Amino acid sequence: MTRLRFARILLAIGVAFFPACRGDRSQTDLTLAGSTSIQPFADKWAEVFMEKHPGLGVNVQGGGSSAGIQACKSGACQIGMSSRELKGDEKDLTEIVIARDGLAVIVHPSNPVRGAKLAEVKQIFSGDLRRWNYLGGPDRLITVVTREEGSGTRGAFQELVMGKTRIFRGAITEDSNGTVREIVAHDPYSIGFISLGLVNEQVRSLDLDGAVANEENILNGRYKLVRPFLFVSMGEPAGLAKEFVDFVLSAEGQALVKKEGLLPIK
Amino acid sequence: MKRLGPRVEQKVAQAGLWTMTLVTVGVLLFIIFFILRRGLPVLSLEFLTANPADMGKSGGIFSTIVGTVALSFMAILIAAPLGVGTAIYLTEYTWGGPLTRVIRFGAECLAGIPSIIFGLFGFILFVTKLKFGWSILSGGLTMAFMLLPTIIRTSEEAIKSVPPAYRTVSFSLGSTKWQTVTRVVLPSALPGIVTGIVLSVGRSIGETAATIFTAGSALRMPTSIFSSTRTMSVHFYILAREGISMSNAYGTAAVLIIAILGINILTYYLMNRFIKKYS
Amino acid sequence: MAMKTKKRGKNRLERNDRLVRLALLVVAFSAVSVLLVITIFIVQQGTPIMFKYGLKSFLAGGNWYPSEKVFGLWPMIVGSLFVTAGALVIGIPFGLACAVVLTEFSSKKVRRVIKPVIELLAGIPSVVYGFMGVIILVPFIRQTFGGPGLSVLAASIVLGIMILPTIISISVDSLQAVPPSYREGSIALGATRWQTVKMVLFPAARSGIIASIILGMGRAIGETMATIMIAGNAAEIPRSLLAPVRTLTSNIALEMSYATGEHREALFATGVILFVIIMVLNTIANATSSRRRRQP
Repeated sequence: MTRLRFARILLAIGVAFFPACRGDRSQTDLTLAGSTSIQPFADKWAEVFMEKHPGLGVNVQGGGSSAGIQACKSGACQIGMSSRELKGDEKDLTEIVIARDGLAVIVHPSNPVRGAKLAEVKQIFSGDLRRWNYLGGPDRLITVVTREEGSGTRGAFQELVMGKTRIFRGAITEDSNGTVREIVAHDPYSIGFISLGLVNEQVRSLDLDGAVANEENILNGRYKLVRPFLFVSMGEPAGLAKEFVDFVLSAEGQALVKKEGLLPIK
Repeated sequence: MKRLGPRVEQKVAQAGLWTMTLVTVGVLLFIIFFILRRGLPVLSLEFLTANPADMGKSGGIFSTIVGTVALSFMAILIAAPLGVGTAIYLTEYTWGGPLTRVIRFGAECLAGIPSIIFGLFGFILFVTKLKFGWSILSGGLTMAFMLLPTIIRTSEEAIKSVPPAYRTVSFSLGSTKWQTVTRVVLPSALPGIVTGIVLSVGRSIGETAATIFTAGSALRMPTSIFSSTRTMSVHFYILAREGISMSNAYGTAAVLIIAILGINILTYYLMNRFIKKYS
Repeated sequence: MAMKTKKRGKNRLERNDRLVRLALLVVAFSAVSVLLVITIFIVQQGTPIMFKYGLKSFLAGGNWYPSEKVFGLWPMIVGSLFVTAGALVIGIPFGLACAVVLTEFSSKKVRRVIKPVIELLAGIPSVVYGFMGVIILVPFIRQTFGGPGLSVLAASIVLGIMILPTIISISVDSLQAVPPSYREGSIALGATRWQTVKMVLFPAARSGIIASIILGMGRAIGETMATIMIAGNAAEIPRSLLAPVRTLTSNIALEMSYATGEHREALFATGVILFVIIMVLNTIANATSSRRRRQP
């Protein structure tokens, strides 16, 4: 009796451990991983794509650009999402530009400062400019909010704004666009940077070098903070991955991009 | 400074200690009421049974409930046999000695290891080395390791509290050790063991740091143990931290709090019954 | 004949018993093996890079810029210590007060209400604590004292509350373990209850109370999600209670999912340091409480 029950428990554990359902996973399941800046948009694409293709599954994981690229290299996902350019040994991956994104420097809506020079933004983030009154704001310390090391958004900001200068150590560091936005939305003296598509009514984007952060100024080149959104894969995407990429690049996919505040590739 | 008389000092101390205790209790009640007041209005059958949509901005939390249950179940399935087995060995098969000390020390150390270390370890071993990916399997295994010490300790206490006379009688009737354990000791200790297991379920529900790195954060309904899933705690963390939807965050937190309350009440009830039985 | 089968049955049972014993021994080593495997993996992943860049620059370096291959963990080590010290400043008095009230200053009825409530404190997910910190504490600190609000102070208060259950439950156990004769003797000599607590119970339960504090400390150092939400995570040694701070745990969780290559190894190295700190604390707690056990 007891032994039988014991055997049954063992069997149950065995069944739980080795399900046979692993084999057909790659044909019906597609995994994307990487940049948390692209993730919300990828989720949208995935939602619509799955509606059109019932029975197929698209998993979208965050993890950050670098991790997504690595996951793609190691085969943990079929498509990596990167919100920065590939560098060094990452270049052997196939990259597809799926959209472009502006980078907005955001402040609290109550902040009287409307705009700044790019050089001033650089000084704020390097810790050389510590008070708002230099920019015509209140005489308060600036709360600088940055992204963590390894984030594609930080990588893009570093490249486009900071150059070789380091973001100073005392900056508050958070690990997603949303969190940066939350903190800036609640702290009247803060400044941060996020994806332009994610700017909402809780925060306000600064004009940089006199250019309002919008699509028009990005297209005519007056607003300088723009980065590509990339899908990367080992070799040309095939099968389900190809179908998904094709969908994203199609007129319908790109229309979704536009609706969500990104810039289409064309 | 003038010295206070012992009676006055007693009064002052008692008042001070009581104030601090009431503050502690007050903080706890405040947290619970705060979450429930904002979260309960969000709850509805639809919130519980609909899948999250739009990154959790709209829709319900069904897939995260399923993910949480699956992960806890997986963890318990692995941790319970190991934990109870260890407890049986420690209480019934060995009496002190260096071997027991090593086992106990191992369990105690394991209990003290921060969940982020479990997360790192689970990520490197299960997610990348064994290629399980972010999945219920990776998360469940990692969680099982985290729960092991709790289950060992509670089961050990439960088994120890079974009166020795039970065993003596069983042996005198000619039963072997294993027969005694399975037919006499374990059934008597069962409520205590179950209490420990329920307690660990509670812990696994609240865990975030380890699960986010091993089970991932996919919002889709999991289809097998190789699917990535997002537990309720992780969902709440992401919703609240990234400001995706405060009302859904409160709703998720309310479900979490209710689950934890339920589990605590259940363990309290089980424990009381168990204690009554043997005292 | 009947005797014989019975005997054979018995032999089989005994052989089974030995097998079971062996199986249980193997199972019993599960916790130890898990501990070993975790140690091996973390150390194997984390130590090479520490030696590659030099232990000194790793532990004592003040700059953390992994993208430039600058890995200095000193701000995070100090950050963890600050936050933990802050948590203890809050956790110890409140924890001990609750423990004393529960064991010495309350009726059985009151105890039956308060004890489960405090146990519930342990069950609340750490993300909920962190969230409450963000929603209530951080704005309060920002408006009252200035600064970003995400600070050493906020993290200390939240962690202080989170370690209460650990301190309370172990202190209660050790206070209850003091033989009743100690109390009776003290009261009979005319001491008040508080004098008894102060002069008899605390000294008698000292090792248990110390163990509870050390374990609470371990809990504070190890807490991740709540800290990451309220500490601000600036990789710099905080200059005041109101400055943001990054702990070892937040350093890992913040960057882990994004890190690759040496950056990831450096995060595992962070894990190694955290692991060493925790193991030292565990061993001390273990030693103090086993000394207590050996005492008559």
